[in-house]
Amino acid sequence: MKDTDIKKLLYAHLLCIFSIILSVLIPPLFLENFSILETHLTWLCICSGVVTAVNLVLYLVVKPNTSSKRSSLSHKVTRVLKCCIYFLMSCFIFHVIFVLYGAPLIELVLETFLFAVILSTFTTVPCLCLLGPRLKAWLRVFSRNGVTSIWENSLQITTISSLVGAWLGAFPIPLDWERPWQVWPISCTLGATFGYVAGLLISPLWIYWNRKQLSYKNN
Amino acid sequence: MRLGSGTFAACCVVIEVLGIAVFLRGFFPVPVRSSAGAEHRTEPPAPEPSAGSSSNWTKLPPPLFSKVVIVLIDALRDDFLFGSKGVKFMPYTTYLVEKGASHSFVAEAKPPTVTMPRIKALTTGSLPGFVDVVRNLNSPTLLEDNVIRQAKAAGKRMIFYGDETWVKLFPKHFVEYDGTTSFFVSDYTEVDNNVTRHLDKVLKREDWDMLILHYLGLDHIGHISGPSSPLIGHKLSEMDNILMKIHTSLLSQEREGLSPSLLVLCGDHGMSDTGSHGASSTGEVNTPLILISSAFERKPGDIRHPKRVQQTDLAATLAIGLSVPIPKDSVGSLIVPVIEGRPMRDQMRFLHLNTVQLSKLLQENVPSYEKDPGFEQFKVSEKLHGNWIKLYLEESHSEVLFNLGTKVLRQYLDALKTLSLALSTQVAQYDVYSMMVGTAVVLEVLTLLLLSIPQALRRQAKVDIPLSSPAFSLLFYLMFLVLSAIHIIVCTSAESSCYFCGLLWPVAGGVMVLMSALLCAIVSVLTKMFISKSLPSKNPAHPNSRWSELDLLIVFGTVGHVLSLGASSFVEEEHQTWYFLVNTLCLALSQELYRNCFLEDDGEPQHHFHMEPGIVDATPGLPYRTGCDVWEQDTVRERLSLSDMLRGREKWMALASPWLILACCRLLRSLNQTGVQWAHRPDFGHWLTSSDHKAELSILAALSLLVIFLLVQGGCSPVSRAALLLGLLGVYCYRVAIGNVLFPWQQDNRDIAKGIIEARFVYVFVLGILFTGTKDLLKSQVIATDFKIKTVGLWEIHSGLVLLAALLFRPHNLPVLAFSLLIQTVLTKFIWKPLRHDAAEITVMHYWFGQAFFYFQGNSNNIATVDISAGFVGLDTYVEIPAMFLTAFGTYAGPVLWASHLVHFLSSVSSDSALSHACFCYALICSIPVSTYIILVTSLRYHLFIWSVFSPKLLYEGMHLLITAAICVFFTAMDQASLTNS
Repeated sequence: MKDTDIKKLLYAHLLCIFSIILSVLIPPLFLENFSILETHLTWLCICSGVVTAVNLVLYLVVKPNTSSKRSSLSHKVTRVLKCCIYFLMSCFIFHVIFVLYGAPLIELVLETFLFAVILSTFTTVPCLCLLGPRLKAWLRVFSRNGVTSIWENSLQITTISSLVGAWLGAFPIPLDWERPWQVWPISCTLGATFGYVAGLLISPLWIYWNRKQLSYKNN
Repeated sequence: MRLGSGTFAACCVVIEVLGIAVFLRGFFPVPVRSSAGAEHRTEPPAPEPSAGSSSNWTKLPPPLFSKVVIVLIDALRDDFLFGSKGVKFMPYTTYLVEKGASHSFVAEAKPPTVTMPRIKALTTGSLPGFVDVVRNLNSPTLLEDNVIRQAKAAGKRMIFYGDETWVKLFPKHFVEYDGTTSFFVSDYTEVDNNVTRHLDKVLKREDWDMLILHYLGLDHIGHISGPSSPLIGHKLSEMDNILMKIHTSLLSQEREGLSPSLLVLCGDHGMSDTGSHGASSTGEVNTPLILISSAFERKPGDIRHPKRVQQTDLAATLAIGLSVPIPKDSVGSLIVPVIEGRPMRDQMRFLHLNTVQLSKLLQENVPSYEKDPGFEQFKVSEKLHGNWIKLYLEESHSEVLFNLGTKVLRQYLDALKTLSLALSTQVAQYDVYSMMVGTAVVLEVLTLLLLSIPQALRRQAKVDIPLSSPAFSLLFYLMFLVLSAIHIIVCTSAESSCYFCGLLWPVAGGVMVLMSALLCAIVSVLTKMFISKSLPSKNPAHPNSRWSELDLLIVFGTVGHVLSLGASSFVEEEHQTWYFLVNTLCLALSQELYRNCFLEDDGEPQHHFHMEPGIVDATPGLPYRTGCDVWEQDTVRERLSLSDMLRGREKWMALASPWLILACCRLLRSLNQTGVQWAHRPDFGHWLTSSDHKAELSILAALSLLVIFLLVQGGCSPVSRAALLLGLLGVYCYRVAIGNVLFPWQQDNRDIAKGIIEARFVYVFVLGILFTGTKDLLKSQVIATDFKIKTVGLWEIHSGLVLLAALLFRPHNLPVLAFSLLIQTVLTKFIWKPLRHDAAEITVMHYWFGQAFFYFQGNSNNIATVDISAGFVGLDTYVEIPAMFLTAFGTYAGPVLWASHLVHFLSSVSSDSALSHACFCYALICSIPVSTYIILVTSLRYHLFIWSVFSPKLLYEGMHLLITAAICVFFTAMDQASLTNS
């Protein structure tokens, strides 16, 4: 593992963070009455779109997954289609999990679903980019001692931190402060976003500090 | 001394229960209460004392005032009236205070300075304690003797406008009322206009004797913007105008020839400098009290500074003024200036009535009342009073009479003051010393438990308690001496009564011996740990035990839950915390399951080691973990991978099982909405219990009973299986008999019986099953080889408890029971057995599920949700002990059933130490929240919500600990049985 790799990782992550900041700052120029809290759903759509785009661009430019071989066009197309299906599946699974956690079943369906979309954007999209639609690889990455490169390591960290952020974001809901951001699902989406950003920041630093101890099996 | 860790934990919990009991006794001082409180027979008033010739004045003196108007302004602080704000914004009132026919006082309110207890204090004259709330089980009606009730009994017609609390406290007492809710704090004009709009009409009429107005606006302003806000000034001048209106109208009525009336202006509590209230700062406890009446004489130029009185004095004064008996529990003393204008004989009579009432209260609450200085003074003054009456009736010289009379009055006043003080200090504040003692005991036990974790969870499951170690005997005696010294100093110098000081000497000494022994044990365990650390480490395997995700979740979940208890919202919505944690637990389990399933699937035998990182560590030589494996014997030799154990269809069922559990939890969550914020949401429970859906409820109940039978019968012996079947049928019959559900062939509208025969029929089977279970357990004790019998016996005990719970649960809650059994079965079959969690993890999971089911049943941290009807099942009348037992079991059925399942499960997967490990973990995981909570409550004891939120939770925690102690003792008994077996 070289320092250049870590540097690359850091720049990629900074780009992601920058895109999230832009998703907050740019829309008010075009849309009237835009604010994160009041037109929350719009922001969710914009943010997930931007993050997905940046992830795709990064994947195409950086190509961290060196192991992927040249393959035919049809193979590529099926791959892309599979990715889309996986993404939708993950949105639905997240939605089901939120309902199981106690989100209202009938009311606020759109809100819950968009929360599922943004959480999928933070977790599933990077996984799909990096690992492709292979569940075994996903399970391997998310079990202990299963990572094989710094990219996978950082993927593990960002995914877990955005999930944990969403999880922690549910805590303020029962408090009786009556703030606008305590409404479902705003605190959770904000929690997920902060978790994702924190993961993006932490993972290069963590990898840098632990670069002596880290040894990947494939390297 | 070496103890099994189960026994050790059980002892610890029992000691903790003692500590909590002392703490609770200190936190909820038993209020001063007249024994004749329940039935309100009116005793004849005490006759006038006389020496020799008898006085025949036995009736109550006539009322001083024809009409009374009470204007209560919420959060009126004393400086709003007597300070610069009063001069500026309340000119009329200031004029009355300084020059008019009035008496003004600063009335001191006792904490908690919250509206409801303060209204109680104003009307009953007593200092309400939280125990009252529990005694009335949140029945909002004020049951104690009070002025309003007495006035109603005397035929007074009362009108009330203002805060709704009064209407709730005194239903049917007012001939006319209009309650305003204090729900919208941001509204401070409408809430008062709703009161004032009635005023003009009412003041013109003459068909009332008492008018009570409770204005909330000032309190709301305080909450919004604090006491220095400009809004306060506006509100004060509004109040001033209202007061002027009332006073002029009263004066004009008096001019028409009525006897004088009384106008009372007071506040229920004050306001702190930030605008809130509830605690005991000067701003919060000092409220003005102004009595205005033309009966009061005042010479011009007579400047008086407001004197200090107690808020409780108003009840006695009002009772005298209206000529009704003084409330029995009142600890207040008559406000003397009110009666100053009366003839001397009347004044003495009034004071005598008050003193007799107080001394009666003293007799009933203080065992050694005869030695009390107040009582002695009372006796002396009564004697003097009698002499004075004798002289008076003999028509002696007036000057002698006057001098003697003044002396008698002074004597009476002294007696009153002493008596009132003696009574009110009994309940005035938290008994901090008892609380400290309780907390110290609990914390010491908790520390001991925490320190002995490494020892207790070792394979032998033994704990060394160095109680008899001679090196620490000196420390022990020193500690004991210090504690006794503290005890003597505190008890001799304490002004208020203290429960712990009131204990007998041997008992208090015993507690102190216990405390010092525990401290010594802690110190010696600590030293031992340091010594073993400083030695070159004997066990190199110690540090490399890495925690799995599940362990992390358990630790963080426990810590998070404990910390959340400090916030009132989280206490109100505690069910959300548990549901959240249980869901996360299920997801973590599913992740573990999936990883084991899929990653082992394609692994060749040599691959096996790498791909199972959670279980076998990098150093495969010593797989040391925090706990020990339940399946010790078969781990290394014949470790079956998950895919081997579960073949084909079973594997898919295992993979689906966490989702099944999650779906069950989601359904149960919408069965009973509890808590505060979302309690009004519609839920299945209400839908089912409404009378239109009886048929659906019947089907559901029958289905649940069927599921219960199917899930339970598998483990039982044939005899108890039959008993279970009959018992469950009996449960349904019982519900039919009391009219909850229907038989399919039955028409609606049947007369409703109490269902006593049916319920007792079920009780017979419950006892029968429990008896069979116990018999099997004893048998397994004798025949040491037969291991199977013990499992069956434990399962029978479990099923007996299930049957009892099925009888006690309301029919719409039967699905809770069915789902709990279903989840237990699924978890056992597909998750715990294949994944081989250690005993500690399984215990914690059982505890979490038990807590979640406590709330699934519809319980909450509010006393009002306790289902008292469970205490009447199968009983003709209220019998205290069975009713209490049944209610407690019905309420805590969730945790108890999960604990009994835990015992059965752990003893069925044989391992020597699993049960004692489980007992230790159960004790630990239950005592961490309790001990933290009592510290939190102690530091939050002046919080605004201490009565409404934190105190009920404290009682729930205490009860939970008691039940935990019972469970731990049961665990230990089972553990001992298995030890003698092996």
